[in-house]
Amino acid sequence: MGPILELRKLVKHFPGQQAVNGISLSIPQGSFFSLLGPSGCGKTTTLRLIAGFEQPTQGDVLLNGEIVNDRKPYERNVSTVFQSYALFPHLTARENIEFGLKRHGIGDVDRRVREVLEFVSLTGKETRKPAQLSGGEKQRVALARSLVLQPDVLLLDEPLAALDPKLRKQMRVELKAMQRRAGITFLLVTHDQEEALSMSDQLAVMNEGRIEQVGSPEDVYLRPQSPFVAGFLGSVNWIGGIGIRPEATRVARPADGGAEKRSPGQVTGSIFLGDCVQVLVRLASGEDVVAQVARSAAGFEPGDAVHICWHDTDEMSFS
Amino acid sequence: MKLRSWFLLPTWVWMAALFTAPFAIVLGYSFLTRGILGGIEAPWTIESYQRLFDPLYLTVLLRSFAMALTSTALCLVFAFPAALFISRAVRYKNLYLQLVMLPFWTSFLVRTYAWIFLLRDTGLINTALQATGLIHSPLPLLYNNGAVLLGLVYGYLPFMVLPIYATLERLDPALVEAAADLGARPITTVFHVIVPLSKPGIVAGSILVFIPCLGAYLTPDLLGGGRTVLVGNLVQNQFTSARDWPFGSAVSILLMALVTVLLWALLRCESEPLA
Repeated sequence: MGPILELRKLVKHFPGQQAVNGISLSIPQGSFFSLLGPSGCGKTTTLRLIAGFEQPTQGDVLLNGEIVNDRKPYERNVSTVFQSYALFPHLTARENIEFGLKRHGIGDVDRRVREVLEFVSLTGKETRKPAQLSGGEKQRVALARSLVLQPDVLLLDEPLAALDPKLRKQMRVELKAMQRRAGITFLLVTHDQEEALSMSDQLAVMNEGRIEQVGSPEDVYLRPQSPFVAGFLGSVNWIGGIGIRPEATRVARPADGGAEKRSPGQVTGSIFLGDCVQVLVRLASGEDVVAQVARSAAGFEPGDAVHICWHDTDEMSFS
Repeated sequence: MKLRSWFLLPTWVWMAALFTAPFAIVLGYSFLTRGILGGIEAPWTIESYQRLFDPLYLTVLLRSFAMALTSTALCLVFAFPAALFISRAVRYKNLYLQLVMLPFWTSFLVRTYAWIFLLRDTGLINTALQATGLIHSPLPLLYNNGAVLLGLVYGYLPFMVLPIYATLERLDPALVEAAADLGARPITTVFHVIVPLSKPGIVAGSILVFIPCLGAYLTPDLLGGGRTVLVGNLVQNQFTSARDWPFGSAVSILLMALVTVLLWALLRCESEPLA
């Protein structure tokens, strides 16, 4: 089966800037795909080009193998969950969900609405107006409003950004589960690497209007193809031009044996994070590194002479 | 007393001197007897109010309401698309707003006279139409209900455009995009999303147009040629040619009472939770 959504050399100029700079992507049917990047990298513009809110300067958007560049948003079978949710404030939760069904002339409204309310666990709140719903509930209405239309692709623009941190983590799990159960392709835009890593089947890391790398979360995190990707997905210790993740970095006494690569240094401090401890070490070469280690392995005092150790399989190098 | 409380003092003085006192005088006059040469005399009476129930005056009142309602409706029909256009304009937004307010640069009286010069038998429109041979005798454009309606809609249109524009300007553009995203064509979005959400502006604009139209006397006098008697002209006549100050006062009080009741009812249904 071909990809449900394909972007071919997509370019979007705005007066004075190039927001999207030649993006090609192929997103398989039924997958959870993320566009990850810092703000201003063009990820939201890409989403808006797919939804039809913006017209590409060059290149094509293909849905189900068909070029849809000239189709209006209401003629494309994609649906967007907006960052602000964009619920209609004058309509109840139920009327918000019915809105798209009525526009498309889809019958059996009652059953579909009941099912989708159950699907997003919102049964009982249907008569409330958006102002009477909590942030999490508003998001569920926004999801239900789009999901009930069974879109080819559901576009999610930073959907978790407005939630408090605890709810955000819970919703990550739920969103992923919803995607699996619904079998609908999700395209998520986010600047939060943890979010992208934890939910996606595949993700594309974007920077300055271009795609830096596409791959599975493991691929992108463990085998980044550029220093930007390595740095954007997590912290990196740079030791002699080679990158090592803090959690792959071990601290050892100089006398301790081991087959790993090692480099001598001195402990400058430590940061207690609860579930682990970060030991800060200045290497003899002058480079500062952070080793993220278990609490039990962290009995170091500032001034201790130590060795920083790592396995060469954890090395990230870019030529 | 806190300094802040003094900030309202000028307003209190202004309202007491120029609203409360004249209102009290009008209210008092309405319960007195008509003087022979105008003015008022003892004793107290409710005769003026009894006369209000004369079918003649009820007709005037009804006609005024109909005229004010029609003007408001027409203003809404013209103002909403204009306000929507301006709020969605990418460039020249300020220019369009200036154009809406341009008529205020000249006095209302002068502009109303300008309409007379346009509409009269020897006016610009009739002269032009006759010159092209489309008509042979002038069209009766002036001194009728249509001319009054035209004058009212023309005069109060900006008061409808501006409040609607203000609410549309605050409308979250994502809501319009969301509607399109869910399959709504532009016209459906206008009627199902934009119009309901601009209700506060529509209500404010309607109040700003309806109330002055209801009490208008200059426009019906000049463009209606005195043939269209509206309640404003009735009041004016009582204080001038008819020299019946108590009755003029009673009509004024009735008009004010009706407007107050209407406003109260409107604001009550408006205060329902919306957003």
